[in-house]
Amino acid sequence: MSRYSVIPFGPQHPVLPEPVQLELVLEDEKVVEAIPSIGFVHRGLEKLVEKKDFLDFVYVAERVCGICSFIHGLTYCMAIEGLLKLEVPARAQYLRVIWSELSRMHSHLMWLGFFADAMGFENLFMNTWRIREKILDIIEETTGGRVIFGSCKVGGVRRGIDNGTLKGILAKLKDYRRDINEITGVFLRDDSVRQRLIGRGVLTKEKAYELGAVGPTLRASGVRFDIRETGYAAYNKISFEPAVETGGDSYARCKVRIRELFQAIDIIRQVIEKIEDGPIEVKVEGTPDGEFFARTEQPRGEVIYYARADGSRFLQRLRIRTPTFANLPALLEMLPGCELADVPILIHSIDPCISCTER
Amino acid sequence: MGNQSSVSIETGSLLDRAKELRKQGYRLAQIGCAAGKNWEINYSFGKEYEFVNLKLTLASPDIEIPSISPVYRCAFIYENEINELFGLKIRGMGVDYKGGLYRISVKTPFRP
Repeated sequence: MSRYSVIPFGPQHPVLPEPVQLELVLEDEKVVEAIPSIGFVHRGLEKLVEKKDFLDFVYVAERVCGICSFIHGLTYCMAIEGLLKLEVPARAQYLRVIWSELSRMHSHLMWLGFFADAMGFENLFMNTWRIREKILDIIEETTGGRVIFGSCKVGGVRRGIDNGTLKGILAKLKDYRRDINEITGVFLRDDSVRQRLIGRGVLTKEKAYELGAVGPTLRASGVRFDIRETGYAAYNKISFEPAVETGGDSYARCKVRIRELFQAIDIIRQVIEKIEDGPIEVKVEGTPDGEFFARTEQPRGEVIYYARADGSRFLQRLRIRTPTFANLPALLEMLPGCELADVPILIHSIDPCISCTER
Repeated sequence: MGNQSSVSIETGSLLDRAKELRKQGYRLAQIGCAAGKNWEINYSFGKEYEFVNLKLTLASPDIEIPSISPVYRCAFIYENEINELFGLKIRGMGVDYKGGLYRISVKTPFRP
């Protein structure tokens, strides 16, 4: 006879890097339903926009999340630049792409480490983060910060990267490619990892689209959707193909992120080959008025910043729709029917960022 | 950034417009609420890289609006957020967490 029970998964759990709660309704060891609760790291950052000068708020936007920090700052700046109809200099756009892709690399490497840790593969976790440290070193060398870059501003970027340093970055990334290849090979070919990932948490193409999934979660189900293809920053000058897989399971989501790691190295190479000399910022004049939606591709997917202004130095409203929030319905669809032991893997497979979700 | 457009609509036409967009293959990108003199709800939809917004303006937070979760299943997560944090009344949510989605220490709903 089946036994029903309710297990609280979180807000504190060894595999969760951030607090989120899922009340799991179980029939024996199978999940029947998952009921989410969020808000444990809600900081009211959207409300803070009413009290901070629109130029200063970029520092707050970067602190929405420590992992996708730069791209949050970038998207906020793009929203304000959209309201002011500001043209950002070309060199600044290229630098924004470099930092965005470095951000993507460190995020995906961090996620791979957490994913390995969730499977109990501690050695793989440590080796993945060892490589991530090298990317953080590049970020620190170019911005002064490992996690919160502080380099994006309305009208451009705060500091440049000279051409000599850019060549050095390219040489380092070529070196790291070998290490990344070795480590990611374990994720893709190790039997114990494949057994935990293949066929787990399958999301069909139709369901992923219908449930509003974004980012690698969506692309792993066969939907080609990557906001970088709209050509914001300098992406319109770069040639790349979104990483799309069709498996729809946790293995496919892992594979998409691994492919994006190599894609990021290639994008940075293209940027360094094409970057133009010139100014890195433009003077900001006037105050924003109107409303604008800015969209970018974070490591977890599409982020949307809606900014509404009335001509004063303080925005009336800033609404941030983060990719993890959009992926929650997809996660809640994946969990019913899975085994309790697979819950950490499925949750991790959408690469949840709870700081982003709750803002 | 892709093409973006914004259209103001009435509460009564919300469901029909959502159905029309669904039929045309648009996905739900987000639902956001802005409080001020009026209450504005932005329903954003995307198809490939087109971005369409339907803007609903309410004179009071007590006006009930229909849920679009019969059309877009994932709308429940945004509608629950708006209901809890802003106190707007949304009728017929596909999944209603009855105020249990957001556990925050600040008193809700937020009012301007």
